[in-house]
Amino acid sequence: MNKPLRRIAIFCGLLVLSLLIRDNWLQYVKADTLREDPHNRRVLIARYATPRGDIIVGGNPITGHTETTSGDFKFKRTYKDGAMWAPVTGFVSQAYGANQLESVQDGILSGTDDRLFFRNTLDMITGKEKEGGNVVTTLNAAAQKAAYEGLKNQGGKGAVAAIEPSTGKILALASFPSYDPSTIAGGSTSDEEAWKKLQKKNNPDDPMLNRALREVYPPGSTFKVVTAAAALENGLYKTADEKTDSPLPWTMPGTVTPLKNEGDIPCKNATLRVSLQWSCNSVFGKIGYDLGNDEMLEQAKKFGFTTEQFTPVRTTASVFSEDMAPSEVALSSIGQFNTATTPLQMAMVTSAIANNGTLMKPYMVDELQTHNFDALEKTEPEELSKPMSAENAQILQSMMETVVQDGTGKKAQIEGVKVGGKTGTAQHGVDNSENPYAWFISYAKLSDDSSPVAVAVVVEDENAVRDDISGGGLAAPIAKSVMEAVIDSKK
Amino acid sequence: MSSTTNPPTHHTSTIGAIGAPSRRNTELALLVFAVVIPVFAYANVGLAINDEVPAGLLSYGIGLGLLAGIGHLAVRKFAPYADPLLLPLATLLNGLGLVAIWRLDQSKLLQQIGQAGGKATNQLIYTAMGIALFIAVLVFLKDHRTLQRYTYISMAGALFLLLLPLVPGLGADITYGAKIWIQVGSFTIQPGEFAKIVLAVFFAGYLMVKRDALALASRRFMGLYLPRGRDLGPIIVVWMISILILVFETDLGTSLLFFGMFVIMLYVATERTSWIVFGLLMSAAGAVGVASFEPHVKTRVQAWLDPMREYTLSREGVQDGIVHSEQAMQALWAFGSGGTLGTGWGQGHSELIRFAANSDFILATFGEELGLAGIMAILLIYGLIVERGVRTALAARDPFGKLLAVGLSGAFALQVFVVAGGVMGLIPLTGMTMPFLAYGGSSVIANWALIGVLIRISDTARRPAPAPAPSPDAEMTQVVRPS
Repeated sequence: MNKPLRRIAIFCGLLVLSLLIRDNWLQYVKADTLREDPHNRRVLIARYATPRGDIIVGGNPITGHTETTSGDFKFKRTYKDGAMWAPVTGFVSQAYGANQLESVQDGILSGTDDRLFFRNTLDMITGKEKEGGNVVTTLNAAAQKAAYEGLKNQGGKGAVAAIEPSTGKILALASFPSYDPSTIAGGSTSDEEAWKKLQKKNNPDDPMLNRALREVYPPGSTFKVVTAAAALENGLYKTADEKTDSPLPWTMPGTVTPLKNEGDIPCKNATLRVSLQWSCNSVFGKIGYDLGNDEMLEQAKKFGFTTEQFTPVRTTASVFSEDMAPSEVALSSIGQFNTATTPLQMAMVTSAIANNGTLMKPYMVDELQTHNFDALEKTEPEELSKPMSAENAQILQSMMETVVQDGTGKKAQIEGVKVGGKTGTAQHGVDNSENPYAWFISYAKLSDDSSPVAVAVVVEDENAVRDDISGGGLAAPIAKSVMEAVIDSKK
Repeated sequence: MSSTTNPPTHHTSTIGAIGAPSRRNTELALLVFAVVIPVFAYANVGLAINDEVPAGLLSYGIGLGLLAGIGHLAVRKFAPYADPLLLPLATLLNGLGLVAIWRLDQSKLLQQIGQAGGKATNQLIYTAMGIALFIAVLVFLKDHRTLQRYTYISMAGALFLLLLPLVPGLGADITYGAKIWIQVGSFTIQPGEFAKIVLAVFFAGYLMVKRDALALASRRFMGLYLPRGRDLGPIIVVWMISILILVFETDLGTSLLFFGMFVIMLYVATERTSWIVFGLLMSAAGAVGVASFEPHVKTRVQAWLDPMREYTLSREGVQDGIVHSEQAMQALWAFGSGGTLGTGWGQGHSELIRFAANSDFILATFGEELGLAGIMAILLIYGLIVERGVRTALAARDPFGKLLAVGLSGAFALQVFVVAGGVMGLIPLTGMTMPFLAYGGSSVIANWALIGVLIRISDTARRPAPAPAPSPDAEMTQVVRPS
């Protein structure tokens, strides 16, 4: 009987050997794949096991964390003035992941970024708890508050984007209606309910939409500054005060429709300055037609149209179409037809004009830090393009200043500060049946000729009487308070 | 032969030769390690989870040490020549199992779903009962050959135990699909664990009697010795029973265990390779056949082939009449997250397996917290127990002892393979428990009894043979000497 016994011994050995081989396969060969599988809850547990770093505005954190007692996630995100800052921070949720800045800078905030490796190792040796690093933003708390409060008091949907023209630093980024990311930061049933209520299908206001970066609106008349820049840059007109070749009424080529102006305004052969002051559709439509699709598109592209910006939060690309019929080019050149832009894009256009023709790359992360505030990486301002020459930019500035001095943008005037701006009222919907968007773009110039802020405001007010909507009436006061907030904080 | 011309020599090549050392002190030294290692592990868990040495450390250490000590004294007294490795290895596994169960008791998640909390205390009580049964086996089973008398009673007993979970009102369906428990008051018992031992007794007794008929009366066909039709009877009956277990108790593991044990013992008894071939063919046919129409078994097979799909179905709460479970995938993640060296005691998240995390899936906790290194060590310990069992079979002097020892060791090996293989995704999951490690009274008690029987057989095998009775014939021949 001993021979089969020895074979059974070998057989049992083989059983154990096959288990050993399988275990090596699992725990050595496949270990990393299994460990890092996004469905593996340990990935999330590790993510929430350490206090998350903070997002900082003007030296003060606008985020925080609390320790949770239930569940296996230890730390939960909290936000101060969450609704106001939501377009900047995005959210991070134990149940629903993260988005925007919380997601883009997750490596630093959660402490897993390689740049924190040295610090983490040091902490491990000295026995300190691992903590995430901080993200210092470029935002200006006062400007953000002015922007958000302005939109909130207005009551309609809208967005504000403000940039420091000389650097591209984003100073304000507001969207309304907004939401408080604190309410969805956890993983409990109340967080789940809050999340459901915020979804677009349950909430037509779509409060989680970051309108400043991710929504495109027809820019309406504010786009005329781009058309004016194209006219100057292409040498169609050389100064603000020479007569333009603008018949009135002007019938769009290939159609029998005259391009109408709002009211009875002096647009016939008007100078660029006067046309911008009164917002003449006929003049700028014809300029667009005269320049043609390619030139207009090229100018728009120089201002940043058609590309996504990474602030580092991605923006939606603004639209200016190609291969359009001449009449469509004319309509596009006054901010209608297909033309659509994010509020940030219009702020970029304004900032480039205010910065004497140089467009700086917009950014909102100033510095990445370890949890004890040692700098890891500092963002340096970066030139994105040069859409205009300095001379032409200054011509355009003087035209925009006229708009605020004597034209449609009087409500943006600030005592002792030179302000240039442009209003816009963008029609939308089939046959313009829906409420128009009220736009206002502007910049401020201090006495030393430096420009601390360029801002774009868009407001959609469903409750307002249609005639009342105009950029000058609804949006300009918000732009003014944002500019004032920035100027005051400079003092 | 003359003593002067041929000096007396001991032929030590035979196993269990005269004068073999008892090795009881070796066993004692090993036992010290088997107690101290789990005590350190226990302290480790406490430090990792609560930042303090657990309050129960002393009582736990004394408890385990006492149980091991009493077991050792019983062996010293009643089975002095027993194999010195079996008791320490079983004690070590049992101690580590207790630590892992206590570690999972600390999990809030498992406490919430009633899968943890006080389980370690229960397990310590079960261990005490197991050691008591172990000692009882040593005390009352003076010679394992006594069991031979109960061959057919064992058969009836084994069938009775196996069928118990199918009795209406008694069977408890407490795990997904498999019906291998019975409910007695507040206790759940897994009769299959005990049936394993009883069935081994029956097989050993039956095969010892029938082995010649099974082995010799056969025809040669294509290089194989085919058994006669009437000799095929028993194997077909056992095969049918295991298929019935599979169908009615929907447990692939138990079925495989019993059939595998029978084939091993049949092979050893008859020395005919053809039985192995038959056994493999029949079990393959049975498994495939049942898996293709029995939905619970089918689900297990699907979960084995694509655990991620089962996880997704379970997460989405798909209602198609079958309970989808994410356990299989969670176990794989636990192993993978442990990596080579593991997270360390108390620092893993194997509680994510939720149901049966401390019983069927306890190996995943070891995998995550002790890593590849720990699992390899544990598998080797199991391998050692099995090989000591087979060695006992080799050393045994009587065929019944050989068959019983190899049957029990083979069943133990199969059980380890089926459970560990299932948890690690090598084969489909089954509802059995890792011997000694897993939480569960039936398992611990039955396996201590199994070790008790092996120790009894090994004691008989290694015991110095009684001096041969003086033969008058021998005396006569020795009278003839020169001068």
